[in-house]
Amino acid sequence: MTATGPLPGYNFAYLNEQTKRMIRRALLKAVAIPGYQVPFASREMPMPYGWGTGGMQVTASILMPDDTLKVIDQGADDTTNAVSIRNFFAKTAAVETTTATAQASVIQTRHRIPEEPLREDQILVYQVPIPEPLRFLEPRETETRKMHALSEYGLMHVKLYEDIARYGHIATTYAYPVEVDGRYVMDPSPTPKFDNPKMDDCAALQLFGAGREKRIYAIPPYTKVISLDFDDYPFEVQTWEEACGLCGARDSYLDEVILDDRGGRLFCCSDTDFCEKRRAMGYRGAMSGEPQEAAE
Amino acid sequence: MYVAVKGGQQAIANAHKLSAEERRGNPDVPEIGVDQIDQQLSIAVDRVMTEGSLYDRQLAALAIKQARGDMIEAIFLVRASRTTLPRFGYSVPMETSDMAIRRRISATFKDIPGGQVLGPTFDYQHRLIDPALAEGGAPEPAETAPADVDAQSPKVLGLLGQEGLMEAAGDGDDDAEIGDLTRDPLDFPADRDLRLQNLVRGDEGFILSLGYSTQRGYARGHAFAGEIRMGEVAVSFVPEELGFEIEIGEVALTECEMVTQFKGSSKVPPQFTRGYGLAFGQCERKAMSMALVDRALRAGELGEDRVAPAQDEEFVMSHSDSVEATGFVEHLKLPHYVDFQAELELVRRMRAEAEGKQAGTGEAAE
Repeated sequence: MTATGPLPGYNFAYLNEQTKRMIRRALLKAVAIPGYQVPFASREMPMPYGWGTGGMQVTASILMPDDTLKVIDQGADDTTNAVSIRNFFAKTAAVETTTATAQASVIQTRHRIPEEPLREDQILVYQVPIPEPLRFLEPRETETRKMHALSEYGLMHVKLYEDIARYGHIATTYAYPVEVDGRYVMDPSPTPKFDNPKMDDCAALQLFGAGREKRIYAIPPYTKVISLDFDDYPFEVQTWEEACGLCGARDSYLDEVILDDRGGRLFCCSDTDFCEKRRAMGYRGAMSGEPQEAAE
Repeated sequence: MYVAVKGGQQAIANAHKLSAEERRGNPDVPEIGVDQIDQQLSIAVDRVMTEGSLYDRQLAALAIKQARGDMIEAIFLVRASRTTLPRFGYSVPMETSDMAIRRRISATFKDIPGGQVLGPTFDYQHRLIDPALAEGGAPEPAETAPADVDAQSPKVLGLLGQEGLMEAAGDGDDDAEIGDLTRDPLDFPADRDLRLQNLVRGDEGFILSLGYSTQRGYARGHAFAGEIRMGEVAVSFVPEELGFEIEIGEVALTECEMVTQFKGSSKVPPQFTRGYGLAFGQCERKAMSMALVDRALRAGELGEDRVAPAQDEEFVMSHSDSVEATGFVEHLKLPHYVDFQAELELVRRMRAEAEGKQAGTGEAAE
């Protein structure tokens, strides 16, 4: 195999073509069986396991030279690991990169789904640490695979029920399990449950890569994704009393930033692109240091 | 007023530069060469090649240099490099009985055909720090063996096999396809070929401790070192376009065959059973530990009860790989503030509810 990538000695987007073909086959199977975890022969990447190697392998396998790539971690483009992964693909694939959600054709993410609705011509690639939603209820892979095969999800409902019995509500705030296309229970990766509704009927293709655990799964566009709940305890997302201190948004996921040792706090959008776009449109929050929009 | 807490491109670049500077250390001290690491830290190179699954001394030595002696980091570098190499095919199975022996011992027989060869070992050395070594200098020349031991050194366990006391090595099916967990995803239950591959790649410390645990009663079965041999073995390959075998080089290997007495079960008559260990270069501790764990993991096949961690293939195989383990442990350094925010909100809510309840019961009591 000749090295044809922009980085001397390496193929386009680092992985060799045999490996990409193997991963693409797993991706096709994953798309054909929404929410099913497809085992794949995950490779070592030059980044550590647990740092997004699954997402990177998926991205490397689907990336085309004319793609525009966005990488986020915790919703932000400027977190260290997002910077590192973006640099990696800029170097090995020489694709265009962007921080603007709307301009990206491929978005690799850790822990968040962008606030801006995604389109049909976009692919969202999730980095997944533990792909098995049942893992913390049953540590054995042989058992959990059997449970999936038999749609035996009682254990998960018992867990959610026990939460309600003990705390009065479901005490799972991220990696909140979903049912995909009426069949497989799936881990949405450790995104906050705030993001779960965005997965449902999403126009974009959603791909999930777990490198260390060697699993790929997918949600095809416009697939029904339901967060598990009970009739009398319906699924709810997080809400904040505060608005974003920078852009004033009330409908986005907020990070809490500690400003000083006297209890000073700033709540601001975790999705930095969303926040910047709003500020560019003239929206201001209470702590932006500028006069607030009357409308906000 | 909003302090940028999120990391930056510049910070990463600076950290890399600083790390490179630390690697070099004091510039007044001569820089260490890859050849020096290869020759003088050879067992470190052996370990990096074994767990890195790549036989390339120069590359492993360079990885050790780049990793500043951090072995797991060096193994990681080698693995990441190995990933990018295209696969031409698989070698013909190697004949370790044809090894050019540098070391060969058996703990089960006082003398064996071909003899015991101690070779370059730390065994029987008094571990006293040698101040003279700090000064350097040439070591005394070692004696050379009087005779060629290679030709007449059959496998010790094979000798036992002649009496029918020793189980056969493997299931005897030479045509069975050998699994490769770097090419195919692992599926449980895993066969012995995959278990062995996993153990070779597994972290030496982890495999050592698991092997040790079997000696201390967790999956107890007293093992004997039937044979340990170390030396060079030829590697042959059949290129598709030629259709015949050609020798493409040789690799240094340490092989360990452990013998464990077995009382028999409903499936198997009483006999001695095998545990197998193999590593690149001189990784004797690893090969021995691997052989112990291999035997423990055969519990299912031999109809033994699985009671200990070393017998549990899901536990062992899922946690043995140092590159996987270190990556996931160290990923806790990555930001988790989105999830932590979700937890903060939950704990605040639960505390508020608990306080509300307490206040409620307090009022009732009054």
